[in-house]
Amino acid sequence: MYRVRLALAALLIVIPLAAQHSYTPADIEDGGKLFRTNCVFCHGPEGTLVDGVDLGHGKFRRASTEDGVIRIIQDGIPGTAMPPNKLTDFQAGTILAYLHEAATSGRTALPNGDAARGKLIFEGQGGCAGCHRVYGAGSRVGPDLSDIGALRRVAEIERSILDPNDEVLPQNRYYRVTTKSGETITGRLLNEDSFSIQLLDTKERLLSLQRTELRSAGFLNESPMPSYRDKLSQAERDDLVTYLASLKGF
Amino acid sequence: MTRTALSILCLMTGVLWGQVSFDRILAAGSEPQNWLTYSGSTMSQRYTTLNQITPQNVKNLELQWMFQARSLEKFEATPLVVDGILYTVQAPNNVVALDAVTGRVFWTYAYVPAWEARPCCGQVNRGLAILGDTLFMGTIDAHLIALDAKSGKPIWNVAVAKAEAGYALTHAPLVIRDKVIVGTAGGEYGIRGFIAAYDVKTGKEDWRFYTIPGKGEPGNETWKGDSWQHGGASVWMTGSYDPALNLTYWGIGNPGPDWNGDERDGDNLYSDCVVALDPDSGKLKWYFQFTPHDTLDYDSVQVPVLADMQWQGQQRKVMLWANRNGFYYVLDRTTGKFLTGKPFSTVNWAKGLDESGRPMRVSGMEPTADGAQIYPGVQGATNWYSPSYSPRTGLFYIPTWDKYSSVFVKVPTEYTEGRRYVGTSPRSVVALQGAAVNQRKEDEGYGAVRAIDPKTGQQKWEFKMLDVTDAGVLTTSTDVLFSGGREGYFYALDARSGELLWKANVGGGVASGPISYAVNGRQYISVTAGNSLLVYALKQ
Repeated sequence: MYRVRLALAALLIVIPLAAQHSYTPADIEDGGKLFRTNCVFCHGPEGTLVDGVDLGHGKFRRASTEDGVIRIIQDGIPGTAMPPNKLTDFQAGTILAYLHEAATSGRTALPNGDAARGKLIFEGQGGCAGCHRVYGAGSRVGPDLSDIGALRRVAEIERSILDPNDEVLPQNRYYRVTTKSGETITGRLLNEDSFSIQLLDTKERLLSLQRTELRSAGFLNESPMPSYRDKLSQAERDDLVTYLASLKGF
Repeated sequence: MTRTALSILCLMTGVLWGQVSFDRILAAGSEPQNWLTYSGSTMSQRYTTLNQITPQNVKNLELQWMFQARSLEKFEATPLVVDGILYTVQAPNNVVALDAVTGRVFWTYAYVPAWEARPCCGQVNRGLAILGDTLFMGTIDAHLIALDAKSGKPIWNVAVAKAEAGYALTHAPLVIRDKVIVGTAGGEYGIRGFIAAYDVKTGKEDWRFYTIPGKGEPGNETWKGDSWQHGGASVWMTGSYDPALNLTYWGIGNPGPDWNGDERDGDNLYSDCVVALDPDSGKLKWYFQFTPHDTLDYDSVQVPVLADMQWQGQQRKVMLWANRNGFYYVLDRTTGKFLTGKPFSTVNWAKGLDESGRPMRVSGMEPTADGAQIYPGVQGATNWYSPSYSPRTGLFYIPTWDKYSSVFVKVPTEYTEGRRYVGTSPRSVVALQGAAVNQRKEDEGYGAVRAIDPKTGQQKWEFKMLDVTDAGVLTTSTDVLFSGGREGYFYALDARSGELLWKANVGGGVASGPISYAVNGRQYISVTAGNSLLVYALKQ
């Protein structure tokens, strides 16, 4: 277990999260997934939704050590909304490592945009709904963004709009196959095994293909999403980010 | 074998009905309609001479029946089949007797292990042994139980070791004459492992061989200080037996703590060894250590596969061993002499084997505080999954993980009875936690069945899977190979070429070795997948 340095600030306890660790990028990625699965709905993507707690900056009310945070993650806090989580020490540690990474990789405050205007851009000028779905409307081909504001940090949303290829989450990669008859099919990979591939193609068809019938198959390296750096003005992008950050799911 | 020959064999079983003598177990090859011991014979080749199913007709296999276990644990048990009755274990320790033709249950023996049971890696059981009318089962709370094979009633029940200290029995016992032999799991709990023989009639312990020598015994000097007392060296797979040499062979697990060897300097005998024991006395006849001073959890518990073959111009009794550490070995099983060895999968912790078979370590390829990426990863290049040797093709078949690594990290640890004693836990180099299928990456590695020439270790063919495998391999005298994998397929390959002949989506990972048996002249293939046992035969 890591050595912990403590610093007390006002009523909050500040812990340098995972300051001494040996987590691989994959571990941190796992920690992010665990955070988004278990924590984000109460704490928010920035980790600031609970009063007096700022997960991204290691500010806690009840824990004074990393071990203490891990115990709280595992055992919960009786009598509060914080439930126990069936996670190992290591898994809980990856959550801290993710938070540390998030805190040191730069954060962006919510821009001063207009969510209603952003919605119009999403559905109209931006063409976003041609690939993405929000609250049951739009295409199923790209990632469903109905809860993107609850899952991703503002900085991450903004980055995806400006530089979609900077971070393509593995689950959002496009997949392309070419059949032996020469047909090319692109879509989202839903499942695969040694013998077959299951896709949702760009025409929103569920397809199951036998590998023996294919000439090639594989993920695309590039995101099909264009950069909006030059397609939208700064103000329009602020509106769009504000709209997306407001999407908290059903 | 023709249908007529099968019928004759089945007539023979009428004479032998009900009593599985040790002579029958030794001559298991002469009654292939039965599957009398974990690996099919004491030679552990997982090979059948039943020949109704061929490369030409295997595509006509169809499901005959299935047994759905009332258990969510992995179904790792290999069944026994005796004269039309199939015996298996529903995890953790319920024994079930079924009609091998219809799957209808005759009886179930329900055993509730003590709550103190804490097997490291699932509440699993890998099977039974039989002698006479008595079945033998090890339990996860470290008991050995004898049952009446006709009624399922317990005959005796003995405590082999303390469950609360982390001891467990997970493998199928091995019967040799009037003794039933088991070894203790618990290598992640600081046990001192042992193999012990019990009287088949009474359950009284007859001998005990500690897999870590005690103070004053040869080999104890390979452990620093008192580290031998909690050095692990567990046993969790069934051994083999050569009646001509009267030697029984057992693979031994990793030393503990698994990933921190700082407090156990030395080779740590007999961890990661194969030991050859006199089954009458438990005396050690010879040993061979695959991974001295292991810090990578490379248990050497693989099933010892015995074969007799021409070796450099003369007939030789050998042992074939694909080890979790990534190397394939051939040993002389009379003396334990190393004959040859080479990697069968990606290895970076050793650059090869020296003339005595000792690995030549690569500096730095061991757990560190920051982690070191090492091939093969913690699950190994293979593991407990049964390999197969076909005397017909002369090939050795290995369930393999390749291009697979882990980051091995070391932290200090102290022994406390009943607590894990491992010195941290290795991690995958990629995101596995909850990974969706489309998040798999190349460097997670892949599973395969590999066929190698046992004399050279040279790969003859490979059947590659997208995902890794926990499935054993069965080969037949008609050159059909059966196996499966985590993807949930059960399949048949041409044992000579690796060509896919047939496959079935069985809806869950295959985590056992297939078997074959026959009843009333009809050949069956049985395998477990997910929580079910499935039985196939040719369409009629």
